[in-house]
Amino acid sequence: MARIEAEGLAIEYPLYHHNARSLKRRLMGSAPRRLKEDDSHRVVVAALRNLTFTIERGERVALIGPNGAGKSTLLRTIAGIYEPVAGRLRVEGEIGSLIDPAAGMETLATGRENIILRGLYRGMSEAEAEAMAEEVVAFADLGEFIDVQIRGYSAGMQVRLSFALATAMMPEILLMDEWFLAGDAQFMARAEERLKQLVTGADILVLATHDMATVRRWCTRAIRIEGGVIQQDGTVDEVLGEA
Amino acid sequence: MVWAMTNGHFTRLSALGTSVYSLPSMVQTSPVSFEHDAAHPRRGERARQDIADGFKRWRLAWALARTDITHRYRGSVLGPLWVTISTAVMLVSLGFLYAKLFQIEVGVYLPWLAVSLIVWNMISQAVTESCYSITSAESVVRQMPLPYSVHALRTVFRNAVVSAHNLPLIAVVFLIFGVAPGWGALMAIPGLILLAINVFWASLLLGMLCARFRDIPPIVGSVMQIAFFLTPVIWKPELIKESQVFLPLNPFFAVMETMRGPLMGTGASLSVWIAAVVYTAIVWVVAQAFFTRFRNRVAFWV
Repeated sequence: MARIEAEGLAIEYPLYHHNARSLKRRLMGSAPRRLKEDDSHRVVVAALRNLTFTIERGERVALIGPNGAGKSTLLRTIAGIYEPVAGRLRVEGEIGSLIDPAAGMETLATGRENIILRGLYRGMSEAEAEAMAEEVVAFADLGEFIDVQIRGYSAGMQVRLSFALATAMMPEILLMDEWFLAGDAQFMARAEERLKQLVTGADILVLATHDMATVRRWCTRAIRIEGGVIQQDGTVDEVLGEA
Repeated sequence: MVWAMTNGHFTRLSALGTSVYSLPSMVQTSPVSFEHDAAHPRRGERARQDIADGFKRWRLAWALARTDITHRYRGSVLGPLWVTISTAVMLVSLGFLYAKLFQIEVGVYLPWLAVSLIVWNMISQAVTESCYSITSAESVVRQMPLPYSVHALRTVFRNAVVSAHNLPLIAVVFLIFGVAPGWGALMAIPGLILLAINVFWASLLLGMLCARFRDIPPIVGSVMQIAFFLTPVIWKPELIKESQVFLPLNPFFAVMETMRGPLMGTGASLSVWIAAVVYTAIVWVVAQAFFTRFRNRVAFWV
């Protein structure tokens, strides 16, 4: 049973490889909202502050808000990459994350090798990864290029491969960043049906996006995040206003 | 609008799209359920889980290690054979020079030097590379939930493959000079296992430390350089006479001798074995403690 439950969730990024001293001095002058000093005098970014929400099976949630609001951080936290410094997060269900299409891509390996590698990243056996390769090759429609190093691919080919790879799964909880909608119109048309299956096949969708048309089209609920805090949480019409 | 589509494409692709989902093998990596609770971090349990999961995913670590090696030698005609060649050149040049300086017969010195240098290179290279075990996987660490121990295993596998390219040299030198270590040489295998354990934990410990403090790799580099001279790699332990008894205090010597002794047919003394096991245990305990404490911060460090 897919479910996401967060209670008082907070994420802070320490700014490590950075000249913290001079930044601190500058911070003294202004009244910072998201940069602060923690107990051990490090400068940290409060990326998410005290989020409490529950996402139940069947909900399709849009995370909206300006750049840097914390949408992607929240997606990564739900994916299990970042662990909270305060609060609690409970995720039940298989997660499929489409956060960065290029993650784990080896530019010097061939398309096919990358597919197998991705399969292994997902915890498949080699035989299962081979089976996935057949499917991905068919969808990506790369022809003979599938056995060429992917640094020799055109941008379009790379997108096609990434997309085919990323969508060759059927998770219960689907986490998506808006890069997925950023392809050119022609490509999106091709990919439409597949995305639709992925989205409708998942029990829960969490989508970070700026595009309100996408929100209205796919989502049942919207959470507006600003400055790492939930500003609004409700049905799409409540948050965005009637269309 | 981005979602605009043409009906023609829609129908053509739906056939392809559907087939993907009929695959029974669509397994996900991500944990089926997890709970992160800052108030109850359950650090010890989760660190052990990470390591257990990492070993279960050894195929991934192996595939990544192989990719690393192909990348490193991309476009090179001889590829990893360069490792063999450069070691051979170094062996021959150092072998004759130092045999003269130390006034030892070449036939006695060179086989010893061959084993010494090759074992040392293996240790030194593994330690140096363990510094980058996490930072080199930066993009993966930030984008995918994956056990960190996979990156450590990747370092172990990669170093094992690269070092294996030097092994034929030992055989060649032994053949030329007629050295036969006998069955005792098999005792080098437990030594090799000790080294692998050390490299695994060092990759976690140094990998994490170097992700957090970027000044550590150069420090490790110079420590290894000093260790090369302080450890009997090119000079024989007999040369320091009675001070030999202190040699097992040098962890590099102890670990190295568990392989070199058996390969040379002399075996390693009990004190060397004890020292090597103790050092390995220390590395293990320290690394596991550090890993347990800071594992959940690594994603923020890279």
